[in-house]
Amino acid sequence: MYSQALDGKVAVKSESMDFLEEFQKRIDAEEKIEPMDAMPAGYRKTLVRQISQHAHSEIVGMLPEGNWITRAPSLRRKIALLAKVQDECGHGLYLYAAAETLGVSREEMTEDLLEGRAKYSSIFNYPTLSWADIGAIGWLVDSAAIMNQIPLCRCSYGPYARAMVRICKEESFHQRQGFEIMLALCRGTDRQREMAQDALNRWWWPSLMMFGPPDSESRHSDQSMTWKIKRFSNDSLRRKFIDATVKQAEFLGLDVPDPDLKWDPDLNGGEGGFRHGAIDWEEFRRVISGFGPMAKERLAARRKAWEDGAWVREAARAHAAKTRSANRRDSAVSS
Amino acid sequence: MTESTPLWEVFIRPRNGLAHKHVGSLHAADAEMALQAARNAYTRRGEGNSIWVVASADIASTDPDRNAEDFEPALSKVYRHPTFYNIPDGVENL
Ligand SMILES: [Fe+2]
Ligand SMILES: [Fe+2]
Repeated sequence: MYSQALDGKVAVKSESMDFLEEFQKRIDAEEKIEPMDAMPAGYRKTLVRQISQHAHSEIVGMLPEGNWITRAPSLRRKIALLAKVQDECGHGLYLYAAAETLGVSREEMTEDLLEGRAKYSSIFNYPTLSWADIGAIGWLVDSAAIMNQIPLCRCSYGPYARAMVRICKEESFHQRQGFEIMLALCRGTDRQREMAQDALNRWWWPSLMMFGPPDSESRHSDQSMTWKIKRFSNDSLRRKFIDATVKQAEFLGLDVPDPDLKWDPDLNGGEGGFRHGAIDWEEFRRVISGFGPMAKERLAARRKAWEDGAWVREAARAHAAKTRSANRRDSAVSS
Repeated sequence: MTESTPLWEVFIRPRNGLAHKHVGSLHAADAEMALQAARNAYTRRGEGNSIWVVASADIASTDPDRNAEDFEPALSKVYRHPTFYNIPDGVENL
């Protein structure tokens, strides 16, 4: 029974074996599932959790970078960063909208985030201490996001897959602007190279953690793969990211802060790949459950934005209601 | 529970000569604000030259549970397709 592993209470009662098998057949045939289609409660719940967490990550992800917009070192860097942060806001919107097609409201999701009930990517609970961090985020964090997101363009749930296609199109400039920042620093003065190295040192391990817990511990992975929400395991995506990124770090002349990193010619079916050192999963668990260095500030900033915007939302709704009733009066008079 | 702002579906025409296509949705208090938000969210890279917004609540839809009744009859009507008709070789322009 597919949904049992995840949340037996909700799903199983009303879902006959026949229904679940029919559903799985559609998935196996690469059919897309659309909002009004019948789906197992567990499938719906998994998607709501994953898509809303993804949306929260885009929104909270604006904060560490937004922190540097006014201090970007040139107008060129400033407009690029501004455009990137605006894109991330859009990504949050596309994803919230995709989650809403599953029957959860935007307000509920926002409240879950603000009350600390929802998770978002652990990476955004780290501080951006120098301008080089903006380079490292674009280069590493957006690269990792792209690795994660490209397979999601083929996710079995139609609205999520379509949102991911839009997002992936927009991400590639993020990654490139980040790498360009790193490149400028690495070709600059000794002090600038040091900044770049320091940023890599701090962001490398948190970036690897973005792919989630190792396959051996990943609670939701198997079922998500069967439902084709996920296409690749956490570890395989992480390795792909490392293989791509280590070479880019070499080009920059930076050292990846992993003394155990080793090329293994036998990996990837003989094509070779990197083996990485041990990841501090204790840190990951701490940071993702809200004990990261910036976790309190991030949520406080989101709460403030939500509360400060309340009167605007209220005024807009009041204006809309007034206009509607004025229009009704007008049409009543003229008819 | 916070009061909710209505949901709108956004349709964009990539260029003249093409139809408007659904691209996503957003929340806005009224149509004017929905159009402004749609412009900011969905046309940042020249995606189109015309936007429609439709209140999601105003969209009526067929029910996927009735797909068999609604759409399967079309599948059995092969005579609606040109390949149903046998025309001998040598007859041209048909
Ligand atoms: Fe993004
Ligand atoms: Fe991004």
